[in-house]
Amino acid sequence: MLAELLQYLFTGVTLGATYALVALGFTLIYNASHVINFAQGEFLMIGGMSTFFLLEAGLPLPIAILLSVLLAGALGIALQKFAIAPAKNADVVTLIIITIGASIFLRGLAQLVWDKEIHAVPAFSGDTPLVIGGATLLPQNLWVLGISVIVVLALVYFFTRTLTGKAILATSMNADAAKLVGIKTQFILMLAFALSAILGAVAGVVVAPITFTAYDIGIMLGLKGFVAAAIGGLGNGVGAIVGGLILGVTETLAAGYISSDYKDAVPFVIILLILFFLPNGLFGSRSTERV
Amino acid sequence: MMQALKSPRLGGLSALSCVLIILPFTLSNSFQLDVAIQVGIAAIVVVGLNLLVGFAGQISLGHAGFMGMGAYMSAILSGTYGWSPLLALIFAAICVGGLAFLIGGPILRLKGHYLSMATLGLGIIIAIVINTESWLTGGPDGLVVEPLSLFGWALSPFDEYHLLGISLSGTQVWYILIASLLVFAVWLALNIIDSPTGRALRAVHGSEIAAQVVGVNTAHYKVKVFVISAVFASVMGSLSAHYTGFITPNIAGFHHSIELITMVVLGGMASTYGVILGAVILVLLPQVLADLQEFEMLAFGLILMVTMIFMPKGLLPTLLNLLNKPKQKTTSEEAA
Repeated sequence: MLAELLQYLFTGVTLGATYALVALGFTLIYNASHVINFAQGEFLMIGGMSTFFLLEAGLPLPIAILLSVLLAGALGIALQKFAIAPAKNADVVTLIIITIGASIFLRGLAQLVWDKEIHAVPAFSGDTPLVIGGATLLPQNLWVLGISVIVVLALVYFFTRTLTGKAILATSMNADAAKLVGIKTQFILMLAFALSAILGAVAGVVVAPITFTAYDIGIMLGLKGFVAAAIGGLGNGVGAIVGGLILGVTETLAAGYISSDYKDAVPFVIILLILFFLPNGLFGSRSTERV
Repeated sequence: MMQALKSPRLGGLSALSCVLIILPFTLSNSFQLDVAIQVGIAAIVVVGLNLLVGFAGQISLGHAGFMGMGAYMSAILSGTYGWSPLLALIFAAICVGGLAFLIGGPILRLKGHYLSMATLGLGIIIAIVINTESWLTGGPDGLVVEPLSLFGWALSPFDEYHLLGISLSGTQVWYILIASLLVFAVWLALNIIDSPTGRALRAVHGSEIAAQVVGVNTAHYKVKVFVISAVFASVMGSLSAHYTGFITPNIAGFHHSIELITMVVLGGMASTYGVILGAVILVLLPQVLADLQEFEMLAFGLILMVTMIFMPKGLLPTLLNLLNKPKQKTTSEEAA
């Protein structure tokens, strides 16, 4: 009984860590440019798929991962430069459709360059499970958690201790003022998209051995990442992490105790309930609207 | 007289009717007529959706959910429970309208991305329910739907009918039905836009706070237009189910919702004729791109991005602006 609960918690936290990384990607881009990037999930797909095919080509795992993450970063920059930047003053809906167009484009590209099959990236360090309190924990679960923690710590360091990180924060607070003090805002925006794509690709690579990867996995993962980002309040980094974990754990618990058929509906039910009562998410600022 | 012909109501409606009357004579086979009917169904849905998105400025990324609910309620009530299709259609529309009314209150308080999130969630939940409750809906395998019938007179695309001495195929009768409904839907939409409700909605779009300050009950009008657009989607979902005779959960899916909102934005938000153009393009594009086979998705995504980047106002308003530029008098009103 307890072992079962523990098992669900392990799985839930692992899944939640992935959602948190995707949600952080949404948050980064949202803060820097007020765009919700519906192509965010595609970076996970690119991370996983590219790693698989580079491994197939005979490259060692670390190199394959590094190249995949760099590829995603480059695509993130391209997305900002060729799709978002030219449509600067467009409506919210128009920007949503541009990023959806980009996600369809990336999916189309992936099934053309790679294929439409489902692939399993091998686990980073074997499949021998650890047994803790009657529940099994795969080494890959630990990789997911460990890498998520490292990524989050790196992000905290980047945003609080480095000039570039502070420049991104400044741009997100007030782009015009940032420009006046000499920050190259266009460069900062590209950087934000690159970072966000890298976050997505890292998440995609580390979960690929557990959840498998295919050209179309990005849709649901992206949407759930968006839900996680919205649970905490869009633009709130801590909120994104908490949102991701809440989502991962409740989804797994619901799948275990209620119905696995409705697993994918859980995030959307949660977000609707939260938004009914807290229209700005859990940690969103209760800002008054300026007229 | 010239002025009247240029107005969106009289001029636009007569132009639309002319196109709809001439169109079947230019189509050479029943496959093309079938595509025309699909375009018509989509067009009516987005004329309704445009009231919400284009005029009231509220995003819905879940409208296919309403369409799917209408389709499945019609299919199940008329098939499994033997209701008359018309009664099932009306009952489905009332239920969908009721759901939109209940959920519209809390959802439409949300702004921007939170509203997209909530409508998206609603649509996905409906799609997942349809997919999962297979004892009722047939699940992912889909469901066979009875033909539309009225007082024992069944309208199947595969039968022959005789009207006023003219012999028509079932598909042709369906075309006449959908074309008439499209003209009616446009007339209705133009009237709503020109009514106190429509003016209130445009005020909400302009500035919700300003509208409240001058005494517009913005919540009331937003819910009203949400319900109207949901009912449009439900009715067309029902009709489309009876027309195609077979439905799958895809009709309620996220992709379909995205297709619908794309028709609105691509054709031209707040332009009733623009969104019809959007429906034409988005239904025809996959047919044209199907020849490209594995490049289809790539091309579709690219076309979507490029059009929206270079014509953020949508096709029809951009084209009209280009036409009007030499005369210096560019009014966006004409796009309505």
